[in-house]
Amino acid sequence: MKEILEILEKDARSTPEEIAQILKKSVNSVKKDIKKLERDGVIIKYKAVLNKELIKDEQRAVRALIEVRIAPQRGHGFDRIAERIYRFPEVVSCYLLSGTYDLLLVVEGRDIHAVSSFVSGRLATLDNVRGTVTHFLLKKYKEDGDILKRVERNKRIAISF
Amino acid sequence: MGCFVMKISKKLQQIPPSGIREFFELVIGTKGVISLGVGEPDFVTPWGICESSIFSIEKGYTSYTSNKGLYELRLQIARSLKKRYALSYDPEREILITAGVSEALDIAMRTLLDHGDKVLIQVPYYVSYYPVSSLAGGVPVFIDTRKTGFRLTPALLEKHISKDVKAIILNYPANPTGVSYSKKELTALSRVFLRNNIVVVSEEIYGDLTYDFPHTPISTLKGMKGKTLYLNGFSKSFAMTGWRVGFACGPEEIIAGMTKIHQYTMLCAPIMGQIGAIEALSGSKRYLVEMKSEYKRRREFILGRLAEIGLECRRPEGAFYVFPSIRNTGMGDIEFAKRLLKEKKVAVVPGSAFGLKGNDHIRISYASRMSDLREACLRIEDFLKNNAR
Repeated sequence: MKEILEILEKDARSTPEEIAQILKKSVNSVKKDIKKLERDGVIIKYKAVLNKELIKDEQRAVRALIEVRIAPQRGHGFDRIAERIYRFPEVVSCYLLSGTYDLLLVVEGRDIHAVSSFVSGRLATLDNVRGTVTHFLLKKYKEDGDILKRVERNKRIAISF
Repeated sequence: MGCFVMKISKKLQQIPPSGIREFFELVIGTKGVISLGVGEPDFVTPWGICESSIFSIEKGYTSYTSNKGLYELRLQIARSLKKRYALSYDPEREILITAGVSEALDIAMRTLLDHGDKVLIQVPYYVSYYPVSSLAGGVPVFIDTRKTGFRLTPALLEKHISKDVKAIILNYPANPTGVSYSKKELTALSRVFLRNNIVVVSEEIYGDLTYDFPHTPISTLKGMKGKTLYLNGFSKSFAMTGWRVGFACGPEEIIAGMTKIHQYTMLCAPIMGQIGAIEALSGSKRYLVEMKSEYKRRREFILGRLAEIGLECRRPEGAFYVFPSIRNTGMGDIEFAKRLLKEKKVAVVPGSAFGLKGNDHIRISYASRMSDLREACLRIEDFLKNNAR
């Protein structure tokens, strides 16, 4: 199972036939394993990794990292208020952290105004939110292990011993 | 131009020009080729190694090193061999850093051989074994391994050994076949070496890329350390081919002899490479596991595809090559390679480049990313369908 995940995480388009060949298993058992991983929620979905630096997506042109300080709730800690926040579609990622603030959000919007109005209108006004600090993202170099630069051509000579 | 042919040494003239040079030029001159003919990793050198070398250049480490190589590097090599294989070599007297394992092999032959000394070389062989032995004055004795699945066996060895055989060049996992040996097999071979008092020059550059069992340096076997010159380097396991760092470990006298040649010819391996190599041995090695498991997966993939395509291929134990037979296609290896290149833009290396007679094998390197392997296999499949007999 672990190896199937490693292979799919590298290339989600690997077919069950190919994985079966690599792992010397039957195609059916690989298919069964993948189904199980999907059912258990280990594999959430399959998608393409895009270099958004190269795409003009007007609805998501601006990204900001937002530090959020929160007053935790008795009995629920941070989870309930976090859920209130991460359900907004503007919030792309949401993490609970140790340190000087509690939640780190990645928020996307059409422009700076859209992001600021989300922060001031929706986020900062929530009951348990004590304060926010917004950092607008200027450039992305690397994301989730992928370097966001056009892949350079392989520099090996075409044939060697 | 013609008159200078007379001036070229006879020693060099007797080495025939490579028969597949023309094919190589063809590959290099063709655009859009998927090449499975590359003998080096498709990974770039891990960044930690690059970064430490860049930093050392910034600090001004741009000079010669001692002829034997940086002491720190020799020490790290000694430690790593001790830790991995319980092999003890003295970094002062028994280790020499060379410009890649190729140089180590060359000066080893020049150190060991007198004019007319015989050297055992198994066929197919890595391309330089024959020329370096011959240029050193040696007389190669070829061991054809086609009937034993490209493996050396004690019986094959005995058949080729005579009194004037001084050394053997051993290579496992082997380029081009990927053949490697278990400890048991090596023990059987080593008995023959010991009985016949032969120096074993063991080139184990692909040792870290052994997939089905642990790699055993032959020098770890009983009685063998004093008879073996262990050659290795950083090119394959650390994806450092362009850095040119290799090393030789062995008996003090042989290392001293090699150092003598090395100090008058190469002087020392490049310092930037040596510093990178220190980092390779002392830094994080997480990527080694990743690279190895990636190669291992590709090996299974390519073996499976070749079986589907209908090319017979023995299962290699290591390196990143498969060596299928193309006999049932009715084409010779050079014809096969040329037509595959022309019709489908896929490059492979004809087996005859490695001294193999019969012209019925090709070397396919799986040091290429999966998407290329996938596409190349489809094209080979298509090629064989179009050219079905």
